[in-house]
Amino acid sequence: MHSKTHDKTPVFHISRRTGLPWQKALGIRFAGIVLALVVCGFITMAATGLNPISVYGTMIEGNFGTSRRIWMLLQNMSILLCISLALAPAFRMSFWNLGGDGQALMGALGAASCMILVGDRVPGGVLILLMVLASIACGMLWALIPAFFKANFGTNETLFTLMMNYVATQLVAYFIIRWEVPKGSGKIGIINQSSKAGWFPMIGGNKYLLNVLIVAVVTILVYVYMRYSKQGYELSVVGESEPTARYVGIKINHVVIRTMLLSGALCGVAGLLLVGGTDHTLTTTIIGGRGFTGVMVAWLARFNPIVMVATTFLLVFLQGGSSEITTIFGLNQSFGDIITGIILFFILGCDFFLNYKITRSKTGKEAA
Amino acid sequence: MEKKEPVLQLKHVTKRFGEVAANEDISLDVYKGEILALLGENGSGKTTLMNLISGIYFPDEGEIYANGKQVVIASPRDAFSLDIGMIHQHFKLVDVLTATENIVLGLEEEGKLDLKKSAARIEEICEKYGFSMDPSKKIYDMSVSEKQTVEIVKVLYRGASLLILDEPTAVLTPQETQTLFGVLRNMKQDGKSVIIITHKLAEVLEISDRVAILRHGRYITSMDTDKVNAQELTDAMVGHAVSLNIERPIPKKPRDRIVVEGLTVKSEDGVVKLQNVGFHARSGEILGIAGVAGNGQKELLEAIAGLQPIESGSIRYLDEDGKEEELVGKDPQAIMELGVSLAFVPEDRLGMGLVGNMDLADNMMLRSFRNGKGIFTDRKAPRELAEQVVEKLEVNTPGIATMVRKLSGGNVQKVLVGREIANAPTVLLTAYAVRGLDIHSSYTIYDLINQQKKSGVAVVYVGEDLDVLLELCDRILVLCDGQVSGIVDARKTDKQEIGFLMTSVGGGTDAQ
Repeated sequence: MHSKTHDKTPVFHISRRTGLPWQKALGIRFAGIVLALVVCGFITMAATGLNPISVYGTMIEGNFGTSRRIWMLLQNMSILLCISLALAPAFRMSFWNLGGDGQALMGALGAASCMILVGDRVPGGVLILLMVLASIACGMLWALIPAFFKANFGTNETLFTLMMNYVATQLVAYFIIRWEVPKGSGKIGIINQSSKAGWFPMIGGNKYLLNVLIVAVVTILVYVYMRYSKQGYELSVVGESEPTARYVGIKINHVVIRTMLLSGALCGVAGLLLVGGTDHTLTTTIIGGRGFTGVMVAWLARFNPIVMVATTFLLVFLQGGSSEITTIFGLNQSFGDIITGIILFFILGCDFFLNYKITRSKTGKEAA
Repeated sequence: MEKKEPVLQLKHVTKRFGEVAANEDISLDVYKGEILALLGENGSGKTTLMNLISGIYFPDEGEIYANGKQVVIASPRDAFSLDIGMIHQHFKLVDVLTATENIVLGLEEEGKLDLKKSAARIEEICEKYGFSMDPSKKIYDMSVSEKQTVEIVKVLYRGASLLILDEPTAVLTPQETQTLFGVLRNMKQDGKSVIIITHKLAEVLEISDRVAILRHGRYITSMDTDKVNAQELTDAMVGHAVSLNIERPIPKKPRDRIVVEGLTVKSEDGVVKLQNVGFHARSGEILGIAGVAGNGQKELLEAIAGLQPIESGSIRYLDEDGKEEELVGKDPQAIMELGVSLAFVPEDRLGMGLVGNMDLADNMMLRSFRNGKGIFTDRKAPRELAEQVVEKLEVNTPGIATMVRKLSGGNVQKVLVGREIANAPTVLLTAYAVRGLDIHSSYTIYDLINQQKKSGVAVVYVGEDLDVLLELCDRILVLCDGQVSGIVDARKTDKQEIGFLMTSVGGGTDAQ
């Protein structure tokens, strides 16, 4: 037998929280952001000798400084949110779709191919309709392939969707060479620059407003779908417990394929909005890794489409802000990434405090 | 009584999880050479208390004394060094290793690893206490009771003088339980102390010297076993008088409802789970299924519910008018669409019957979500059903918006059974419906099952407690190794006969 060993008594311990009021939860999140800003401030001062307040000011300036910047912020938010909304149902179903990039890129390819191949031969309205159909079909196809193999052969969807991204990039690279303008440039350039065929109409002279409105509608639709529809309920059950799904007669393979078709279709829409709405060109990097950023957006919001608007804003704001500070202060690109990393670390760290609390042991004091 | 020396004393021990006090101000002594039964309803804090002693949890308040000295048990290692060993409900063994290898695993002994020497010591321990075990047998070749033996020997090998067993008999046949009790008595003779958690009152009375009762996380009393009876124990445990008799009305006009013939089921890796099983389940009757766990009970119910691929055989459903439907080859939705109202309470409640991360209302929706208008689910009916179930079955929950996994075992089961019987089923399949439930909740479930029986439902009740099977069921089918080893009239049989059938493949008399 051991002798008395009071020193082993833990000083504090961690226990699970139950029923945290939302005000307090919000407070913890807010405290997390404040703490993140303070820590970032110290690191900024230590590493660069700059005044953190002016650095933060520049980040805000970079996002909200001019109306053009605000529109850029909104446009970037729309595309990222659209892809995140596409991923949310798949993730809720516990189908780890890391192929958002590829699916959106295929959507972009679909839209661009219509503009290039039939652009001048059909009326504007018909062309846009064709673009919509083509981009959705391409996105769906790219999601269907891994879903089919997962449903029928139990393949690992994480790897499969990830690899499909590279295939999509190569495919787009091939078509860019085929359709390059001018020959030998290796680029497509602005498609239908003179005829503007297949360019989405501007609303009130504003290039970005239509995209913003479309994604706003998609957000509401996805929210309603996930929360109130039978299909949304089915995919949640499949994601939580496949045996339970089978128990109530939900056909899992069917749900997997259906949900991935939806996921791919929405990614396709994101590609469409980029090509038809704003960029009017096609490059292999047009999606810009949003298929992966979208994973973060969706997870941070716990797949709630309305909360995803806020998480999208956060990530786009940080991205815009950090690129602004690197230009204004002549800092290395990595510095923006460091700040983004710290802020995300604190926001994710909040989850620990939302789920657990730390209490000092009473035993410790008594025994000492 | 005075000269008994406590080997372990708990003084004013409190453990809270959030707002809930799982153990509050518990003071309890364990004496040398006694078998102490720890009795309490579910959620009364038995397992929490044992986890405090074995170093899995650390108390918020209070002191623990071992052999008169105050000690701190901050990890299972600390518990071991105090000679306290716990045998958990779920075994922690490495399948591909032998018994000996499992027993010495993790021990830090001086010098070279000498398995022969260890095996000899294990034989010695087995001899001393009357275990029968082959130290060189691999775990994957072992039966549940053999695995349990390995767990107990492992603890003894480490020199434990206080053993804690968490529901050790839940997985054993009556014969195996007797063997275990024999071993426990030998340990007692040797001066070891044993704490045993069990729900079965008959066992408490049979094996223990003293019973300590917990209720709602508090220590109520402890009594010498030879001075109490089952009724007194139940009353102390529940806090008010409870009737212990299970009702068994005579079936009214039983008619064949499910006819199973030549049913053979294989698992995915080709192992035969059920072989040539045949029986009739009748309306207004409870058909009990007995057998050692894992002898095909799960597969049998899942086959009827449309969840098992079937090799051969037929499962026919006969409705009131005698119309027949073949259920083989149909999935649960197809069966539902036939108009067959089949209720199924599976063994793994949170893994199959319910979704732990959804709230009560959403769980009610599992059966009814297809009823909504158009593409939308109907959210109102499930919410009303949830309210009803909570009220009628006295589910203890903060509200219907609480996630099911946060409820205690008994309440989870009430939610599941409540939903399953809500659709006026004609067949009710239940697997281990009262497993892990306390007396009070168990009797609520028996009542609900009896109500279904009286309203003409054909009930199939897979159970593990033979006393209950004998009291509740009309007929009992015994499964052994995936085969029917007998179908007996529950009113005319006894434990011995069923225990015998449970271990004889295809043997015994067929009463059908």
